[in-house]
Amino acid sequence: MSSVIQEVASTRRTAGERRKGDGRMAALFLAPWFVGLFLITAGPMAASLYLSFTDYDLLSAPTWIGVDNYVRMFEDPRLLQSLQVTFTYVFVSVPLQLAAALALALVLDKGMRGLALYRSVYYLPSLLGGSVAIAILWRQIFGADGLVNQVLALVGIEGTGWVSHPDHALNTLIILNVWTFGAPMVIFLAGLRQIPRMYYEAASIDGAGRLRQFWSITVPMLTPIVFFNLVLQLINAFQNFTQAFVVSGGNGGPADSTLLYTLYLYRKGFADLDMGYASAMAWFLLLIIGGMTLVNFLASKYWVHYDD
Amino acid sequence: MTDLATPSKVTFAEPSSSPKRSVRRAGGTRRRARSAVTSALKHAGLILFGFVMLYPLLWMLASSIKPNALIFREPGLIPTDVDLSNYTDGWSALLHPFSRYLINSAIVVLGCVLGNLVSCSLAAYAFARLKFRGRNFWFAIMLMTIMLPIHVIIVPQYVMFSRLEWINTFLPLIVPKLLATDAFFIFLMVQFFRGIPRELDEAARIDGAGHLRIYWQIMMPLALPALATTAIFTFIWAWNDFFSQLIFLTKPDMYTVPIALRTFVDSTGESSWGALFAMSIVSLIPVFLVFLFGQKYLVKGIATTGIK
Repeated sequence: MSSVIQEVASTRRTAGERRKGDGRMAALFLAPWFVGLFLITAGPMAASLYLSFTDYDLLSAPTWIGVDNYVRMFEDPRLLQSLQVTFTYVFVSVPLQLAAALALALVLDKGMRGLALYRSVYYLPSLLGGSVAIAILWRQIFGADGLVNQVLALVGIEGTGWVSHPDHALNTLIILNVWTFGAPMVIFLAGLRQIPRMYYEAASIDGAGRLRQFWSITVPMLTPIVFFNLVLQLINAFQNFTQAFVVSGGNGGPADSTLLYTLYLYRKGFADLDMGYASAMAWFLLLIIGGMTLVNFLASKYWVHYDD
Repeated sequence: MTDLATPSKVTFAEPSSSPKRSVRRAGGTRRRARSAVTSALKHAGLILFGFVMLYPLLWMLASSIKPNALIFREPGLIPTDVDLSNYTDGWSALLHPFSRYLINSAIVVLGCVLGNLVSCSLAAYAFARLKFRGRNFWFAIMLMTIMLPIHVIIVPQYVMFSRLEWINTFLPLIVPKLLATDAFFIFLMVQFFRGIPRELDEAARIDGAGHLRIYWQIMMPLALPALATTAIFTFIWAWNDFFSQLIFLTKPDMYTVPIALRTFVDSTGESSWGALFAMSIVSLIPVFLVFLFGQKYLVKGIATTGIK
């Protein structure tokens, strides 16, 4: 009798232990992540929100100044300039980049010979494009005596120093971002492969020509991928930093024409040690990116086709 | 590549814009011939486009073995005068030999790769296989951190790491990876783990294996493709990373390759492009090698998850 009770008790315990055991196991497996979440991500995030309401220069304790940093932001001509530069950069380069990616993916589709090779060649710039080395290359290529002007000279055109001209410097960065169209292209290619062949077969039996098939099958079936790429690349482009930093020599020049928002944030926080202001800028950036992504998701209802 | 041979066939079939009689006879061949023409044109266009895209890289490679003066006069790829001194000059142009920066970068990258492999796979196992309270909640939190701009946390992180006296060590770059802050890879591995049949771990559990053993002896070996993708992308991102290295490493003997290159541009200005190009090429080699040997995982990684 007692042994039965003991057994029941012990099975109870093991059952309980197993249920708890999963929880305890989960805590074990997730321990590094939890520590990271609280110490490296969430904690600093909260701290940065707090700092954004303070005046803080790293040397003395932060002093609470309310929303002054945020008010200052909208009176700061350089900040407004950096916003304008960033929006131009993002909303010109991302559509161009995605258009190039989509065009190439469409050309490369349908199991053409050498697909893997082409894909690799076009993809390579995406891997290298974020590096300092490529930014250095860009600075030379678009310099006064750079490769571009040497080539232009061959056809008798005299170019200017593209990176040192306020009207053109940002364009060189836009070109650099478009140059890295390989990553979204690979995603488009994968998306194209997902479209069931039978749709095209059925359409061609019904007498639809290739153009009609493209507009009625390929385009709607691809809209979720376009949406995905758009969201992703917009978020990425807002955070680009390296190229602008290196090409402009760290100051966003000439005449603040390449002063991307992130670059200005870096200068404020880590060159001027105006860390409260930099934190406010960071939160404003988060707001911009979050808001833009939200708008994207809301607008997607009207143009993204979900097959169900 | 073999498609380049087709134009010869084409020329025979091309003049068939002739009487209808012959069309009926040669209809099939003509259609094939026309598709051969378009295909050849397509390949020619794609090859040309690929060449234009890669031209800046090839030109940088060629210029890195040219004497400085030629870089500004020779837009072509074949150097009229070869000068390897760029490499030796560049190697010793900064305070430390360039090998120092390569080693520093290698330490950072290896730390990041190991950190991500271990910490992200542990967290992913918990999310994919363990039952615990709040799993969906934490999973959602994890997903949200993927898109978080680093700018929102960098200022307090800097404050924290400088209090810990970690500035000018590699710890601020590596420790976060040990704590699974690259949530993106957790997501990637969760997706992969979910695809592994549960029967496998249930069988192991019946044989008395605990979660740690299932994780280590069943899931990890099966998840090699996901681990490879993680390792490769971590490698490339950490190698190219500039923003955080710029902030956390300010002492020349701790410089990584990107920071060293940036210092090189600033210190020598435009005077020694040859040496600058040479070191830029050196800095791109590891990424290029990873690209060559890890292509399969790169393409799969982007196609399934949309990373750069």
